[in-house]
Amino acid sequence: MSAGDRLLPRLLAGLDPGGEPMTLAEHVRTHGELPMMAGQVLIEEVAHAGLRGRGGGDFPTARKMAAVAACGVKRRSRGGPSAVIVNGSETEPASGKDRLLLSKLPHLVLDGAVLAAGAIGAPEVIVMVGGNERGALRALEGAVVDRAQDPVGVQLVGGPQGYVSGEESAVVHYLNAGVALPTFVPPRPYERGYRGRPTLIQNPETLAQVALIARFGAHWFRELGTTADPGSALVTISGAVRAPGVYELAFGTPISDLLAAAGGTSEPLQALLVGGYFGTWVAASRAVGLRLARDDLRTVGCSLGSGALIALGQSACGLHESARVIDYLAAESAGQCGPCLHGLRAVADSVAALAEGVASRGEEARVLRWVGDIEGRGACHHPNGAVRFVASTLSVFADDVERHRDGGCAARSAGLPLGRDRPAAVVSAGRL
Amino acid sequence: MSARLRVNPIACKAHGLCAELLPELIRLDDWGFPIIEDEPIPPELLDLARRAVEVCPTLALLLEDDRED
Ligand SMILES: Cc1cc2nc3c(=O)[nH]c(=O)nc-3n(C[C@H](O)[C@H](O)[C@H](O)COP(=O)(O)O)c2cc1C
Ligand code: SF4
Repeated sequence: MSAGDRLLPRLLAGLDPGGEPMTLAEHVRTHGELPMMAGQVLIEEVAHAGLRGRGGGDFPTARKMAAVAACGVKRRSRGGPSAVIVNGSETEPASGKDRLLLSKLPHLVLDGAVLAAGAIGAPEVIVMVGGNERGALRALEGAVVDRAQDPVGVQLVGGPQGYVSGEESAVVHYLNAGVALPTFVPPRPYERGYRGRPTLIQNPETLAQVALIARFGAHWFRELGTTADPGSALVTISGAVRAPGVYELAFGTPISDLLAAAGGTSEPLQALLVGGYFGTWVAASRAVGLRLARDDLRTVGCSLGSGALIALGQSACGLHESARVIDYLAAESAGQCGPCLHGLRAVADSVAALAEGVASRGEEARVLRWVGDIEGRGACHHPNGAVRFVASTLSVFADDVERHRDGGCAARSAGLPLGRDRPAAVVSAGRL
Repeated sequence: MSARLRVNPIACKAHGLCAELLPELIRLDDWGFPIIEDEPIPPELLDLARRAVEVCPTLALLLEDDRED
């Protein structure tokens, strides 16, 4: 049993995964009234809590809030207020946690957004819902009607589809000009974002955590998790587990506990993909001994990212699955930057050739050289995540690369979710 | 204060003039796009760096002062 048993669920408290969105009355009964607090006090509490962004970037949330607040002060003398954007794009195909929060627990996310707006002096919150996700939009519409007394305006926007559209400068670009493509930074959104204003852009889970920290404090937040990674987190686990879905766990929970909570594995595992398609493959033998915390994950060169994990069973071919994923990521390049557009395509074609056993001599070395050349050379981090994924593929499935040289392989496709075909099973939600 | 070169990858159209002018700091990748040494520009190359910035047809090459954080 994990230490968190007594203390979880937090975010998912009172959740009815298959049912209606939680009403405002149920929400207040579960968590208590939304506290009103001075901006500086909230930012300090979030800083003490040690909260980091849950959209994949791991950035300290209080620092971002303080930066926007500071830019806002400068701007206000020139008459422009700041803004808060809830980045509900969730474009990672292996992730389902933001959809779960927005569609079932909208008030928790809106509480956090309203609190953050108060803290940075923003009169407006914009909630961006990726892929025009119906359930989330409907739940949010209902929630906004019930929250007429909120001190800030809340605007709901159905956003586009596409991996890169969730990147923060792309979100701002879409809201400003209807173009869901990243822009060259700086200026970053915190300096100049929505309508040119200093803009705080956060992941829904990050804001949901803010809503709880405001109520119960940093000390409470730190009762779960590790010193370096305090609190709880939502993870989406899919693949070869019996009960794929979204789970809330304490940072520091062993991966083996997560697998057990997800109903156990449906077949022996060969590897785990940690951090979604921007993430890193870890051989199963190494993964099961790891805890979900940055200190542990760093030893195998990965991070939890936005919390998506995929368990790959032994009947699947890791190389083939990875070839599909990198092909998808290459296709999802926004096509604006040469190294991303041409480089990812070249890498994807090479990995496909390796998987099909038709690679030329030195193909792997060439891919690795490209990986090094491409990293850091896009306007956004899309190519960085993609090449990191490829580097881990070649290292974890090195034996498969050898085996495929002498011909194909007979493994079944694990059918990892790509693009729209997200895991249907990501509706169950549970706790550890 | 030191300066470095940076490319706006959205604006860059792989004309390659910069790499021709300043091979000491800029090479091209397999697709013709510049890879720039992420280092302060040595004083003796500063003039050439300014030239490279001027000749880029898409104004994609930028000379930026190092921020003192
Ligand atoms: C290609 C790409 C796609 C991204 N997609 C998302 C997304 O769907 N949702 C999200 O919250 N963050 C996404 N991000 C991260 C955002 O740029 C940003 O860091 C995040 O929304 C900030 O919120 P946080 O600090 O609360 O995590 C993406 C980043 C990149 C590079
Ligand atoms: S790096 Fe790729 S995804 Fe990002 S802006 Fe450039 S082309 Fe688009």
